[in-house]
Amino acid sequence: MKTLNILTKIDRRIIFLLIFFGVAVPLLVTINFKLGVTKNVRKVYNMVEETQENSKVVISYDYGPSTKPEIQPMAIALLNHAFRKKLRVICVALWPMGVQMCNEALETTLQHFPDLKYGKDYVNLGYKTGGQVTINHMAKNFRSTFPTDEGGTPIDELPILNGINNFNKIAFIIGLSAGDPGIKQWVQVAHDSYGKPVAGGSTAVQVPFLLPYVNKQQQLTGLIGGLKGAAEYEKLINLPGFATKGMDAQSIAHLIIILFIIIGNIGYFASKKQKGKIKS
Amino acid sequence: MRRQFPLIITFFIGTLIVISEFIPHKPFGNLSDTFYGWFLIISGFAIILGQLNLFKVNLIKISRKSPNWRYYIIALVSFIIMVLFGLLWGTQKHPGLLTNTQPLIDFLGRKPFDYLFKYFFENLSATMFSLLAFFVASASYRAFRARSPESTLLLTSAVLVMLGRTTIGTWITGWVPESLTYLHLPNIANFIMEYLNTAAQRAIMICAGLGVVGSSLRIILGIERSYLGGK
Repeated sequence: MKTLNILTKIDRRIIFLLIFFGVAVPLLVTINFKLGVTKNVRKVYNMVEETQENSKVVISYDYGPSTKPEIQPMAIALLNHAFRKKLRVICVALWPMGVQMCNEALETTLQHFPDLKYGKDYVNLGYKTGGQVTINHMAKNFRSTFPTDEGGTPIDELPILNGINNFNKIAFIIGLSAGDPGIKQWVQVAHDSYGKPVAGGSTAVQVPFLLPYVNKQQQLTGLIGGLKGAAEYEKLINLPGFATKGMDAQSIAHLIIILFIIIGNIGYFASKKQKGKIKS
Repeated sequence: MRRQFPLIITFFIGTLIVISEFIPHKPFGNLSDTFYGWFLIISGFAIILGQLNLFKVNLIKISRKSPNWRYYIIALVSFIIMVLFGLLWGTQKHPGLLTNTQPLIDFLGRKPFDYLFKYFFENLSATMFSLLAFFVASASYRAFRARSPESTLLLTSAVLVMLGRTTIGTWITGWVPESLTYLHLPNIANFIMEYLNTAAQRAIMICAGLGVVGSSLRIILGIERSYLGGK
């Protein structure tokens, strides 16, 4: 029993080391665990898939570099899917660094679509401060909220924005978010007040807070949650990328955490039993 | 009057915004639109205020040699470098004050600000966030103990969700026949998330919503005045 007691006192550095190798090795050596597709991710896929060609859609980049490893793969997968379906993508950002995230996602995606033209097939309108108020203002007067694109070109010179005065001609909105402002605000304004279909992609930590919005009223049409959600989307569009590769690492890391929880509990019960014996 | 004037403005604007949600016609609709526009402009200035504050706070900490004051120098120097690089050479789509940027772009592959952002800031930010994994692992080992029925419940659901939300879950229960799909770990995790978690989250959201309504009313009616700097 005494030896089992040691299990409650494992040095945190050992845990750190195992987590490090658990993450690093699968990134270098591909394992390719089988991956299923959850219904919430499929709902987002279906929404994009069923939208008519040439429809205009908004993708909001509401995250920064800290959550880029988790959200950027879904941004790239979504852009790929949208461009394959010949949708016209309007990018906006409610987070200051979302602008760069959008530019980088576009840079990666456009390698597969060299014929697409800026201003006609896609546009980056840049960052606007104000969160929920910005969305509300966009819904009432899109053009005065974003009078120019990110580079300062007046939106009247961008054909993709012809006739866009509010959300009426927008087919759907996808919020990629790592916090506030983000998906919650898009749901509360764009869907709840203006009836626009809204879907989302978020970090895994945020999923529990956002799931109540995926309901019968379809406040959120679907939700891509964390790296797993991104990997599932990559699977659906048959374009394995960073998320698919990263899932092996994440799975092993989770397994290590679970093993340590089990080890910790074995040690805990052993020490409890020992204490009971001493008392008796 | 110094305190009453802001209270009157708050009452007037707050009431008007609430009314405009129910009567979105003239004059309420137009007025609320104008106020939204003002809000966006004021928010823009708040960013400048934030940056100046960052500068001031760091300078004070350095001058007083607060604990770990050397880190504040690094923060300040990094801040100044990014601002300077942005101003001098511009960013991806914005020109800077200097016109002859091409040689530097050829050397770095992109403008200096974008180079620093992509190859330094992004990686450092992602690293900081990723470090959480190590602490989560260590904390889970220490905290997730089956000490009581409640903690056992939490522990079990955490393990099930963790397994179900990774490919390991699919791998472990992939062999279970189709007729017993509810035993698949991803489905069990989904059940926990969609029913048990969602029920609890909804309760929290409703309570938080009521709290927001309450505190908003207190602000509009001038009962809550802490935003004016008082108690």
